[in-house]
Parts: sequence; structure tokens; C-alpha cells
Amino acid sequence: MNERIERLRRESFEAVPRFSAERAVLETEFYKENEGKYATPVMRGLNFKYICEKKTIYIGPDELIVGERGPAPKAVSSFPELTCHSLEDLKVLNARRMQSYAVDPKDAELYRDVVIPYWRGRSMRDKAFARMPKKWLNLYEAGLFTEFGEQRALGHTSLDNLIYEKGMLDLKGDIAKARSALNFLNDPEATAKDDELQGMDYSCDAAILFAERHADLAERMAASETNETRRAELEKIAEVCHRVPACAPRDFWEAIQMYWFVHLGTITELNGWDAMSPGHLDQHLLPFYERGIADGTLDREKAKELISCLWIKVNNTPAPPKVGVTAAESGTYNDFTNINLAGLKRDGSDGSSEVTYIILEVVDELRLLQPQCNIQTSVRTPDEVLKAAVRVIRNGMGYPSVFNADMVVAEQMRVGKTLEDAREGGTSGCIETGCSGKEAYLLHGYLNTPKVLELALNDGVDAMTGRPIGVRSGDPRNFRTFDALYASFEKQLKYVVDTKIEADNYLRARYAELFPATFLSAVIRDCIKNGRDYYSGGPRYNSDYIQCTGIGTVTDSLSAIKKHVFDDGRVELSALVSACNKNWEGHEALRLTMWNKTPFFGNDDDYADAIMQRVYGSLFESIDGKRSTLGPTYHLNMLSTTCHNYFGKMTGATPNGRFSGTPISDGTSPSHGADRNGPTAVVKSLGKMDQVKSGGTLLNQRFLPSLLSGEKGVNGLVNLIRSYFKLGGHHIQFNVVDEETLRDAQKRPEQYKGLLVRVAGYSDYFVDLDEYHQEEIIARTAQEVF
Amino acid sequence: MTTDTSVLYFIFNREYWFKNYNFALKSAGPEVEALHRKFGTVFDIKRYALHDGPGIRVTVHFKGCPLSCWWCHNPESQYFGPQLLYRRERCVACGMCAPACPKGAISTEGGAMSTDSGVCDGCGACSEVCPSEARVTCGARMSASEVMKSILKERIFFEQSGGGVTLSGGEPMAQPEFVMELLGECRKHGIHTALDTCGFVDAESLLDTVPFTDLYLYDIKHMDPEKHKKYTGVDNDVILSNLSQLGGRGAVINVRVPFVPGVNTDEENLRATAAFVSGVRGVVGLNLLPYHSAAEDKHDRWSMEFRLRGTCAPAEASLRRAVEVMESQGIRAITGG
Repeated sequence: MNERIERLRRESFEAVPRFSAERAVLETEFYKENEGKYATPVMRGLNFKYICEKKTIYIGPDELIVGERGPAPKAVSSFPELTCHSLEDLKVLNARRMQSYAVDPKDAELYRDVVIPYWRGRSMRDKAFARMPKKWLNLYEAGLFTEFGEQRALGHTSLDNLIYEKGMLDLKGDIAKARSALNFLNDPEATAKDDELQGMDYSCDAAILFAERHADLAERMAASETNETRRAELEKIAEVCHRVPACAPRDFWEAIQMYWFVHLGTITELNGWDAMSPGHLDQHLLPFYERGIADGTLDREKAKELISCLWIKVNNTPAPPKVGVTAAESGTYNDFTNINLAGLKRDGSDGSSEVTYIILEVVDELRLLQPQCNIQTSVRTPDEVLKAAVRVIRNGMGYPSVFNADMVVAEQMRVGKTLEDAREGGTSGCIETGCSGKEAYLLHGYLNTPKVLELALNDGVDAMTGRPIGVRSGDPRNFRTFDALYASFEKQLKYVVDTKIEADNYLRARYAELFPATFLSAVIRDCIKNGRDYYSGGPRYNSDYIQCTGIGTVTDSLSAIKKHVFDDGRVELSALVSACNKNWEGHEALRLTMWNKTPFFGNDDDYADAIMQRVYGSLFESIDGKRSTLGPTYHLNMLSTTCHNYFGKMTGATPNGRFSGTPISDGTSPSHGADRNGPTAVVKSLGKMDQVKSGGTLLNQRFLPSLLSGEKGVNGLVNLIRSYFKLGGHHIQFNVVDEETLRDAQKRPEQYKGLLVRVAGYSDYFVDLDEYHQEEIIARTAQEVF
Repeated sequence: MTTDTSVLYFIFNREYWFKNYNFALKSAGPEVEALHRKFGTVFDIKRYALHDGPGIRVTVHFKGCPLSCWWCHNPESQYFGPQLLYRRERCVACGMCAPACPKGAISTEGGAMSTDSGVCDGCGACSEVCPSEARVTCGARMSASEVMKSILKERIFFEQSGGGVTLSGGEPMAQPEFVMELLGECRKHGIHTALDTCGFVDAESLLDTVPFTDLYLYDIKHMDPEKHKKYTGVDNDVILSNLSQLGGRGAVINVRVPFVPGVNTDEENLRATAAFVSGVRGVVGLNLLPYHSAAEDKHDRWSMEFRLRGTCAPAEASLRRAVEVMESQGIRAITGG
């Protein structure tokens, strides 16, 4: 990396995340002044415009790509219309050891005097909790599931190439056309559509205004700049910002700035905590790269520098902090921007290019928390690309993660997307399959599958609290067969999932009604044409997901019960349940028998893997095709992010020998320490899951560096990945560190500030994790070969 | 091919064999001996092996070795027959092992379970029930079809990576009938085969494997006969002559030299090794396998004498020098497997 990038990187790396009340205050001003004057979509569009008009504009020294969500790098905006932080929240955020956000007393005062008095009781979260039924609250509080909609705006989002072809003025033209075509005579929705389109129109104005303010600032800075080189750069920045996003970009620089303004717009309009990503960035940038190289206006180094600038911008944007009970828990600064590389083009040909390699170099050199990236690997992807990715993985950052592009296509076609659109799809934040730029894919929260089994083993009673929260599904002492027990599990599962979906549908409808995403809607295909919002069925595709966690833990637990209780008859089910409820106290030999003498998932053992298939089938049956407000749009995906830790804390001891309060298995990975036959056995087991019926699975593997040394190590990993994908795997990612390193990092965190590890669908700085999460990383099976 | 393994063993090193496996086998009577012809003794089947030949491989580790090298990284592979390993720190003294033992060899002793090693025959009944994995039986008698079942599970990885199966040890050629059966099965399934041998084996049996073996991983530990005997327990004349014969039959051979500081890393030995290897037909490369101190811990765990205590892994520079020496003789040499 050159000097500029080194400086910008250091500044970004060292900047302390802090809480900024600016956006919240501006929004409050706007709402106080205008509440009741406009239809909601218009209100949202104008609110966004007001923020863009008033917010602090920042252009830092040396920057080429400009724009921040907050008033300065790593100053994090808040979204009181969705979740209004209390003063107590702010205190905790400021004081907590991990993932803290510095809170200026002035910002806390503004919250006390301006923001809280207006939004308390009006925020989405306050309204939602006031309405949620008791049965939902029981399950929610017991940790059966989480609700994304109670913390942030729903939606994993990534873009296609639209914004490289059309500027905001073009979109405004499309909007005007759509409005003039509205049929107020026969279309009962015409008024609603007109409101929505008007909101989109204001949002496009807002984005242009935001860029123009940057252009103005750059011009003023240029006027007083004494350094000639920098003055020229500032003049160029002004030129670029006059051009994009108003018009489509003409060159590489403008293309990157275009994306960044659109990205900022979407995460300023609403709290897109879920994910906002550019989609196939290498494919989007390639035409600009080729043109620039051909006409001599760009060289490889310049392209790399501009991409690096974008990377640093994304890193300057930590996730807005959560509120309420979860504020004390450490989360992540990661705002889940996951950039897709390689993969397929719309016509099915290989999507990798020189830009792919440049981006991999940037990733390897910058080593930033954000953005993350992934390699979409099709059978058409050359090994050379995959090897280049593996060499970056080997350096131990946990990314790029690796996806099976052909599965990503198949998964989407199963749910009715066209082949071409499916090829353009990929991953947005973590591992979720979606159609970039054409879909609202709303993730509604995680499902704690092991806890569902716990309910089944306790006739609907929460083993942690003794409270009846599930349905009555039978006294476990009366189960004569494994199938009888399994039927009880399915009964609880149906109850929990249905209860969750009722709440999800309520939240979804509320977002559509109160917080239409008018700017995002303008850049997602078909929203303008349909005159409908992102949340109201505007996009070409609409789907809802529930993320199932802990399939390793629940499979192993069922396997333990099947083998020891029903097959071998050596243990009474009631005795096993009672030992679990005592957290194995006084039953260590029994616990060890379960842990060491049971066929577990992840060992290519059909006994356990058949149970996994059955559980997966039940999850699929209980979720897939369930109805949202838009039709049968529910599907499952299989990931846990960091939620396997939270769920672990909420789940008592499980029959697989796991202690109460310890993490459940992550994603679709085997339980920690349960996979004992190496990585090929793990991927064979995973290959027995019919992953095409999901919206993505997540397999974590920890490798020690020695395993990946030399060309043999690289080839070994490439072939392991290829084999897994032949078996129908969706995703695999690697943590490449040794235990000694991690232990040392715990002792001397200051020496390891830059140590990135793969946590879940993303990487985090190891020393930023709390001890609990650190231990969890260490506990993941190290696949050592000697 | 020699079918009577007892004769084979007798020829090589009567005392060694009788002290170990064959003595136990003979004294167990003809039934057990017949069993031995159908079953191999295997101590590990390792998946995702990257360093025992090309691609992703399954390495089948046979138990029992005619050599007892000082630096052995798998000392548990030396003895010919299942062995009980007791890891006291894991024992929760639940007492489940005692009634499981058909010989009544286990008793409680001061919060741990003690085994009478004179009575224990390594049958594995106690480790079968031990919940904490304090009792581990190292080595199992397996039929070729059982081993093949494990191997075939990895087909997709072989096909993807150009990998296959490596028979390793211990010393696989100390169980030649079993080796032949496995090699034949692999051929039937079109799986690439490698045979990792110390060379101290019956020449005829070894040559019989040539049509079924795609690659030999052939160890040369020392060129000096005296030193070879000192560090491995046996002479090197059979080893060197077998290597030459193998080359003469058109075998493809990778020579492997454990690189143990203070034992075989001197210039003279390296030159002698290079000179010899360059004269053998069919040698496609040479791997220098750097000594690793993990061997020390492994010997301790098995309460075996370790005679290289304090030896460190070789310096990078000495490995580079060794590669140069080999290359000066036209041998393609690399460090590592």
C-alpha cells in the first residue's frame, strides 16, 4: 500500500468509535416540525433530505473517496425512530469494556432534552413491545429466538449494477414516468403509490444534495489549499461529487464514489444494521477499469488506491449500537458489508477478472475489520482465483469466506428467481443468499433449536426458570420410542416457529406502514415500476427468513438419546433429563459417556448424520412456505452469527454432554469438539444436508497455520473446498491461527491489536471480543495434521 | 510370495520379533494366527493427509515396526498388537472399566484405576466403556473390507485432488498379506496407492507390491551401517539392497530422509545418501523430513525411553544446505512431506 493509504488506514484503525446524536437530533427537529403534514413515505423522503441538508460534511486530509455517515470517521449515528437509546444505554455503551462507544456528555444531554422526550413511546421498538402477545414474550425472554425487527430496520441488501448505469436524475425521470402512468380511476393503490414515488423522488434529491455539499466543501478547501497536488485532488473530488450520484459514473473513480454515496444514503435513511453491500463489486467495476486502462486515464496502482480508499470508508462506519437489555453484551462494530468477488455473470460465464485480484491484494494488505469479502466459487471459476483467495485466507484474517456460486444459483431458482437474476445474486452480510439489487430479503431472527428440544424434554417447561412457556407435548417418562420423543420435539418446534412468525408478520407490516425505505427503494429494481416500497412488495423478489441455529447440538443430543436410551437401553430418559437439569452435577461419568460414546454430527457417521437430516427436514417443514403479508415468502437459512453464544447462555445442559450456559454449535458447524475425524469428515457430514433448500448455511473450520503451509497446504484447501462444493455445500470459512497465539493474545492484547479471527459470518479483532467469545474461538476444533 | 510371516520375521531379526508380536502370536495358538492372516493391525486411519504423497490422502497406519528409531514420531506404532494407553489425568475413577475387563486385570488404587500389565492383553474392552477416554486402546485388528470402507468414504477428495491411499506405519510390509489385499482392492476401485516403507522387509514381498503401487515413500535413515544399527536397531544392508531392487522393477520412488540433528545431518552422510540415491533407478524426488520435538512428549506419554532428549528441530540453514547437497547430485529434494 502507498503512503496515503497507509496513513488513512492508520487513522481509521486508531479512531475510537463514538456515539453521535447529530442524526437523532436532526430527525427529531424534522418530525416535531412536520409530524402529520405528509403521507408517511413523503415524510420519510423529506426527513432523509433534511438530514442530508443539515448534517456535518467531512472531508479528511488525503482522502480521495469522501463521505461519512456521522460527522466524522467512526462517529456513529443513531436511529431513535426505530430504537431510542435510554440514558442508561448510553452510560453502558460509554463504560463497557468491549465494543464501547464513547459518548460525549453533550450528546447525552441532547438525548435527555431533545431525543428521548420525543421518541420514547413513538419508536418502533416501544410500539412493538407494547403490542407483542404474552406467548411471544415468554419465548423471546427465555431465549427461544431473537427478533431483528425490534433492534433495526429489516433487510439484508446488496445492489446490482443499476447505479453504474443510472444516476439519481435518471431515476427521477423513471419516477416521474411512473407517477404520470398512475391510474387513479381504477387502481385502488394509486394514491399510496403516488406517495411512495414522491418519497423516492425526494430521496433522490437528498442524495444529490448530499454530494453537492461535498463538492462545495472540496472547492472551498481547494481554494485555501497551498499544496498543489492536494489542491488538484480536491478539485477532482469536487468534480466527481458534482457528477455522482446525480448522473451515472463515467470512470473508475466516479464509480466508486457513486457506490459510496448510495451506500451512505441507505444506511443514513434507516439503520441498515442487517447489511448493506455492493454485490459483485469486481464485476461492477470491471468496465470502468478496462476503459480507464485502455484510454490511459487509469493504471493498476491508481485503481488499487481508489479501492483501498473505499475499504477505509467502510471501516470508518461501525455498526450503530443496540439498545435495551443487550447493550451490556458485547456485540460487534461490524456493520456487515460483505463484498462478492468472482462468481458468475448474468450470462453464466466466469465473473472473475483482474479487478478480483486487485481487491484480494487490497484485502490482504489493509487487514481491516470491514468490509468483509467472499469468493463466489463456481465450477467455472479458475483454480488460480481460488488459490489467490486461499493465500489471503492463510494469512489468518478469516476472510475471504468461500461460497459455492452454483449452489447460490440453485437455491434461488428453487424459490422462483430467473436463472440470470440468480447468477447476479450472492451474499449480502454473512452467508444469506439473495438476489442483488432486486430483492427485499428480510431476516427476522435466530431460532434456538436446542432450546426447542429442551422444551420437548420438559413437557413445555423452561428448564432454566421452571416456567411453562411451550405447549404440553408429553411427559418424557412416557416416551417409549425415539419417534415418540421426536414427535414431541416437532410439536414444540411448530409452536415456537408459528409464534415467531406471527410477530414477524406484525413487525413487517409495521415497517411497511411507518418506515418505508424510500431511498433504498429507488435503487432496488422494480420498486419504481411497481410504485411500491422495499417493505411493501416493491422489489422484484421478496422473501423472509428465519435463521436456525444449533443443528450440531440438537443432532448430537438426539443421537445421544437415541443410542443410549432407546437403542442400548443403558440409560433412562428421565434420568438423563434430570442430570441435564442439574447441569450434570454428580453425573460426570454419564456426561462423559454422552460426550465420548455417542456418534456425533461432523464425523461422516450415518447414524448421527441421518438424525441431522431429519432435524433439518423438520426445520424446513416448519418454516418454508409459511405466509407473510406478501404470500408464502418464508424460508430458512442456517446461521448463527454470534447468537450461538447468547443462546448457549439461555440453554441448560443438553444430552450431548454440553454444560448449561456454554455456546451451542455455530451455524451448521458440528458442535465444538464433536468433529474428531478431520475436515474431510466434516464436509462429508455437511454434504448430507440438502442445502439447496436453504437460503444459506455456514460452516466454520479452524485451521492451524502449519496445515496451510506451502503449496501443498494451498492445494489441499482448494481441493477441500471444491470437494465440499461438489457435495452441495453452500459456504465454508476458515480461522487460521494456533491456540498458542490466541492464548498469548489474551495475555497481551496490546500486542495483538490487529489479530483478526473469523467469529461467525464475519471476522472481528480477537482482542475486542470478550473473554467468553475468545474462549469460544479457542474451543472450536483445531484441525491439525501431523 | 512368502506366506509364513514367522519365517520372514525370523530371518530378519529373531530376537526383536520374538520379543514382540510374533511371540505373542505363536503362543496364542493356531486360531489366532489364522485370524492374523485375515486381519491387519491398524493404529490409525488418518483423513485429510496432505504430506504422504500427492493430493488429499487417507493414510492407513499399520501397527508394528521392525525398527525402533530414536526419533520415532509414532512410538506407539512400534509394538505389534493392540496396546492399552492409560491417561491418568483424564480418569474420573468411575470404576466402569473394572467389571468390563474379561481378565480381571483392573483394580482401584488411590482414586485411579490400576491395570496389571502382565495380565492385560490389550483386548480393548475397558476402553470401550471408559467414558472419559482415559483408557485408549491403540491399535485394532481390522479386516481389509473394514479399512476399505473408511477409504472409500474419501473418494470424492481423491478424485478432486489426485490423492489416494498411503499405507504407512509402523511398517506396513511387516503385514504383507494384508498390504497386498488392500493394494488389490484400491486397484479395483482405481484409487492411487502409495506405500511408505522403512525398507527393512522381505524383498520378495516388497517386489510383489510393485504392480499395485503407484508410489513408494522409501526411508533412508543413515548410510553408515554401524550408526544405522545404533539409531534404528537394525542394519541398513537389506534396506539399501531392497531400494535398488525396487528401482530395477520400475517402481516410482520418493526417498524420505528424516533429518535429525546430531544423528544423520553431517555432510559426509548427506553426500553418501545423495551418491547412493542418485544411482537408484525410479527415484523421482527426495524429501527431507525435519525432526520435531513432539517425539519427546509422545515417548513420555507411552513411558518409553527417549534417547534424543533436548534435541531441537534442525536450523533452516542446515536444511537448505542438505537440499543443495542432494541437488548437486541431480536429485530433486524438498523439505517436508
